[in-house]
Amino acid sequence: MPPAEPSAPTASPADGAPRVPAVPPLEIVPLPYGKKELSDRLGPPWEERLHQMYRGMLLGRVLDTRMLGLQRQGRVGFYGPATGQEATSVGAAMCMSGQDWVFPGLREQLIALLRGLDLTLYAHHLFGNDLDTARGRQMPCHPSAREVRYASMSSTIGTQIIHAVGTAYGIQLRKEPAVSWAFFGDGATSANDFHSGMNFAGVWKLPVLFVCTNNQWAISVPNEKQTAAPSFATKADGYGFPGRRIDGTDVVEVFTTLSAARARVLSGAGPELIESVLYRLTPHSSSDDPSRYQPKGWMEKAKAYDPLGRFEAMLEKLGVFPASEREALRADLDAKVRTAIQEAEVMPPPRTDSLFEDTLKVPAWPLTEERDSFDKEQGGNFP
Amino acid sequence: MTEATLIQAVNKALHHAMKVDPDVLCLGEDIGVNGGVFRATEGLQKEFGESRVLDTPLNESGIVGMAVGMALYGLKPVAEIQFLDFIYPAFDQIVSELTKFRYRSGGQFPAHVVIRTPYGGGIRGGLYHSQSTEQLFASTPGIKVVVPSTPADAKGLLLTAIFDEDPVLFMEPKRIYRTATGEVPEGDHRVPFGKARIVREGSDVSVFAYGSMVPTAFQARQVLEKTGIHAELVDLRTLVPLDVDAVVRSVEKTGRAVIVHEAPKFCGFGAELAAILAEKALYSLKAPIVRVTGYDTPFPYTLENLYLPSVDRIGRAIQRTVAAG
Repeated sequence: MPPAEPSAPTASPADGAPRVPAVPPLEIVPLPYGKKELSDRLGPPWEERLHQMYRGMLLGRVLDTRMLGLQRQGRVGFYGPATGQEATSVGAAMCMSGQDWVFPGLREQLIALLRGLDLTLYAHHLFGNDLDTARGRQMPCHPSAREVRYASMSSTIGTQIIHAVGTAYGIQLRKEPAVSWAFFGDGATSANDFHSGMNFAGVWKLPVLFVCTNNQWAISVPNEKQTAAPSFATKADGYGFPGRRIDGTDVVEVFTTLSAARARVLSGAGPELIESVLYRLTPHSSSDDPSRYQPKGWMEKAKAYDPLGRFEAMLEKLGVFPASEREALRADLDAKVRTAIQEAEVMPPPRTDSLFEDTLKVPAWPLTEERDSFDKEQGGNFP
Repeated sequence: MTEATLIQAVNKALHHAMKVDPDVLCLGEDIGVNGGVFRATEGLQKEFGESRVLDTPLNESGIVGMAVGMALYGLKPVAEIQFLDFIYPAFDQIVSELTKFRYRSGGQFPAHVVIRTPYGGGIRGGLYHSQSTEQLFASTPGIKVVVPSTPADAKGLLLTAIFDEDPVLFMEPKRIYRTATGEVPEGDHRVPFGKARIVREGSDVSVFAYGSMVPTAFQARQVLEKTGIHAELVDLRTLVPLDVDAVVRSVEKTGRAVIVHEAPKFCGFGAELAAILAEKALYSLKAPIVRVTGYDTPFPYTLENLYLPSVDRIGRAIQRTVAAG
């Protein structure tokens, strides 16, 4: 994807062109807005909005940096960073209402936090400790947060897309002023429930927004091996509703496009697919080694589209939010993250009883028997 | 009480649930205008409207996945999979999603979905309209597996399923949809899960069956009664949760066990029952446990009557078991 293309609302040809700037020097591409345009796009409190955007993206970045560090030290078992995707998470979260539902993919935890999931509670989840609401049953980065309507996710790809559609059906049936959001990556567009979800949503014109965060890689598989379609956005055509492609590294663009899309969906006009083009600026996860499959230098080039860097470069140009203030904010967020981590790291693992809870509401045989003989089986000396 | 067939009883349960609870809705292929290919949902769309009785596009994963999303939202969806043979596109949704939501969210997101599906052979349906694969689901923690064999149980167990709080696979024995008839209580008739039904008491041998094998085993039992063999026929009703006490108690009394199901023998549900008896009732056994099952092949078309456990096969197995010790 050449640099200028992500913001084009229509599909680009599948030309096999490099999807990152081909030519060094590798400089950050600032967001292209002046004050007037920001004021037009973001409304009167535009400085406030910018602050909110920056704070949100920075929180994600600080968290990723800390957690990847902890993972390398062996203090958490796994981490799925969202570095490079912050603009899309923040832009989306900012146009949601509290009644909206979120069905996330792997890299949307920032949305849960911005919707009100307590940072320390999230840290408990990352450590899978006794205060984790899911009792340490899931790998890190798979939080559940009913209070902010952030659905529990699996590691199976694309299955959540049709869940978002089922919830959207409920929203429509109960006439609730809310939108159901399905987030998924480029790889998920090949999975079964992308098809079932898009198709069902189209048939009933449901209030659901499909957000494809196209970060160029499904682990090691690039876009051109994922689909022969000219873009992921064009897939919406086959389901009878609009698809749009946006620059997912531009938080202003994400916010304004998704706000308009949400308003349209809320009006009863039916679903919409947004392909948010962005770049995965880390390995797929803490277990992945991109040097096995990425062209040499790809990631360095992609960093020209670091959403945080682009935003900061714009701030520099506008002179609205000086570096000293930005630094102070970073330090403040980092302190909050460190405190949350410290609190979570000292908590004990989940109590052993929790092994036997939450499979069915009331455990059935043989689980009851397994639970009752647990102490005898686990205790005592052997041999 | 009114006389009804098993499929009419299913319809009555759905009708009652939808009438008393606006959160209950049905979705599936051909269930609305057409009333279902077996007519289980006949008349429901006319009475409750298209928004609560949904003719879905043809996609089983979509049907179950959509039902999961509805349940997370707070509705009580009853999804129909037209034949159990077609459930596999939804296997991912059942195994990876439906059965895991409560567990993986620490109880924050229970996903209570009922999946109704006709199963089993004997209707000249060939490989893809006849299979019994209950063991695939019974061996997956997080879902209840229910198999009625009478109209009263069909209604009572289905209403229990709809107002339960866990996922339920409700397997309907389509071979006896219209041949099983009986009195069905009116109104909110519920049959609890995990309570087996002793169809007939007996002292010589315990016969365990469920679904469409119950009437077949019953005929075998009645024939043998005249020869002096008193078999106790136990209808399991729910495979998960299983009434393990009833299974063990019966064999402690009779000392012999014959297990009957349509599914193939290897790793079938009968293997679990046999293992339970080996663990809990070994010293009561006077003879080896015998399983009478479908053969370990795909399901045949022309020769299905030889494939399925018959009155004769079950009867001979009972005779041999009683003679063995």
